[in-house]
Amino acid sequence: MFAALARRLAGMLIVMFIVATMVFFLTRLAPGDPAALMLGEQASLADVAELRKTYGLDQPVIVQYALWLKELLRGNLGQSIFLQRPVIVAIAERAEPTFFLALLSILVATAIGVPAGIASAVWRGRASDQAVSGGAMLAASIPSFWLGLIFIQFFAVRLGWFPVAGYGPPGASFAERLYHLMLPASVLGIVNSALITRFTRASMLDVLNEDYVRTARAKGLSEARVILRHGLGNALVPIITVVGLTAALLVGGAIVTETVFGLPGIGNLVVSAVLRRDYPVIQGALIVIAGIYVLINFSIDVMYTLVDPRVKY
Amino acid sequence: MMETSVQERPLLDIRGLEVTFRTEGGDVVPVRGVDLRVEAGKTTALVGESGSGKSVTSLAIMGLLPRPYGRVSKGVAEFRRRSGAVVDLASAGQGVVRALRGNEIAMIFQEPMTSLNPVMTVGEQIAEQVRLHMALAPQAAMRHAVEMLSLVEIPDAARRAGDYPHQMSGGMRQRVMIALAMSCNPRLLIADEPTTALDVTIQAQILDLIERLRKEHSMGVLFITHNLAVVAEIADTVTVMYAGEVVEKANVRDIFHNSRHPYTAALVDCLPERARRDSNGRRIVAAIPGSVTSAAEATGCRFAPRCQRAVEACEAGSPELLVAGTGHEVRCFRWSEA
Ligand SMILES: Nc1ncnc2c1ncn2[C@@H]1O[C@H](COP(=O)(O)OP(=O)(O)OP(=O)(O)O)[C@@H](O)[C@H]1O
Ligand SMILES: [Mg+2]
Repeated sequence: MFAALARRLAGMLIVMFIVATMVFFLTRLAPGDPAALMLGEQASLADVAELRKTYGLDQPVIVQYALWLKELLRGNLGQSIFLQRPVIVAIAERAEPTFFLALLSILVATAIGVPAGIASAVWRGRASDQAVSGGAMLAASIPSFWLGLIFIQFFAVRLGWFPVAGYGPPGASFAERLYHLMLPASVLGIVNSALITRFTRASMLDVLNEDYVRTARAKGLSEARVILRHGLGNALVPIITVVGLTAALLVGGAIVTETVFGLPGIGNLVVSAVLRRDYPVIQGALIVIAGIYVLINFSIDVMYTLVDPRVKY
Repeated sequence: MMETSVQERPLLDIRGLEVTFRTEGGDVVPVRGVDLRVEAGKTTALVGESGSGKSVTSLAIMGLLPRPYGRVSKGVAEFRRRSGAVVDLASAGQGVVRALRGNEIAMIFQEPMTSLNPVMTVGEQIAEQVRLHMALAPQAAMRHAVEMLSLVEIPDAARRAGDYPHQMSGGMRQRVMIALAMSCNPRLLIADEPTTALDVTIQAQILDLIERLRKEHSMGVLFITHNLAVVAEIADTVTVMYAGEVVEKANVRDIFHNSRHPYTAALVDCLPERARRDSNGRRIVAAIPGSVTSAAEATGCRFAPRCQRAVEACEAGSPELLVAGTGHEVRCFRWSEA
């Protein structure tokens, strides 16, 4: 068990090292000089050279890479070129809306997708199944920005139930900040529920044909208990997988929704960093997101062992 | 002498059972004209080759036909409850039959490897049923589950109750299935080929176990198999099915020594013990030529296409179950010539 865990952690470190290397070199492939960009078109060559030196951009790439790895090992993601503060601070400032948006979205997506998937598997081929499948197809094909605009128009502007955009005024309470996430989380939840619905349906269809479900019925259990305890209990592994992967995608990929709803999240941070060639921020954000992916994957695997005694570490 | 000679009603009395599956290609009738009896404390064997409708019959009794497309379309299946009341399982509502399942009627399936829930401990799987039907508190239910596991001779039952199915062998799992089936002291046990998936020595142990429990609990057993050697060992009465119909019913002696239906006779001849020897002393195992006609295409006797005794009348009309002796019924126009 401990040996397996140690192996697993080593594996995670290797993945992170590969990610760090790729992030570093891929970022450098993009054209454009951050120093020149930062100083504007009027800057003298000498000023640009000075700035390049400050950020170590004048060193050979391989030296920059070695330095970057060394600092990374010490937990230092560097200094933002434009924001005048450490990258880790810039990311931490933006982490909250992104984190809670992802969390709420995944809750909404699961709350829609799992029951819908179960219902459509149980009533396979009937009207409710067709309705769910149609709904899932629709949800999957709606662009989130479009649904976001519709929701803002209807629920925020017309009905006035939710704020139109933003994350509350400075100093807003936590409850108020969460309230600002309701609409964007519903949008992301609906859009992402489609995949969860399909996985749940497929997984439940497999499981409901199993002999042990027949045994459960032969025990005289109620149909609800047969389906939820014996059916769903065995269908969880693929469901956890797709929920986990969706969560991972949401952490890094809610950029469009963050933009539509004017949320000061990591997506926003990354977009502006890309536009300004703020290498340290881009790299740092990618590293953090990759780290979260790795952690989510790890938790998925841990959850497998909790829901299925046959899965061992 | 006391008046025990008055014939008690059987535990299970099925008459004219017909099952219909609605499929895309139209209705299919995998079982029709099934008459079957199980007496309390006795074993009725249900035999017939693969696809003859044995499992469908048992699922119909349990109310477990695949919904929504499978249903009992004709006939009655009267079951005498512990209380003495008689219910017709074929027409009773889902709720009534569900309350009997796992409680007064229990079932063991052919596949011990897949019939237990892989994510629940075996103890919990038994305790769940016990809590439901015997209204026991969780701890008492678990104690009862452990007792059941010792009853089926699982060593170190208290510890094994915490095992998951994948930690057990096939034979052990089938014991768990039997413990589960027995846990609410059922009056009727339906065993659908409970030993087919097990190797021979384990098979014998499982049969002994079922026999012991039947005697101790005077439980009726409907034992489904296509193994006539097993039938000879455990059955009191035998019902033979062919292509969805009962073709012969008799006590076990008559089936083996006085069978009236050519299909039964052919089945008995297929037993390796009955095989003739060739000139080198090797056994020639007989086989029944041809294969089962599907239910849809049959007009006359369904066995006629494979029957060596068939005459024109056999192709024209289908025979009813005819009385051929005490407790002996046969579906053949020419039974008396056998
Ligand atoms: N769920 C189902 N849907 C449609 N047809 C079915 C279904 N289950 C069984 N059948 C059909 O009903 C007929 C009887 O099947 P059944 O399983 O009762 O046979 P059996 O006598 O138990 O055979 P075996 O010895 O192989 O278990 C077969 O022709 C089978 O194809
Ligand atoms: Mg069968």
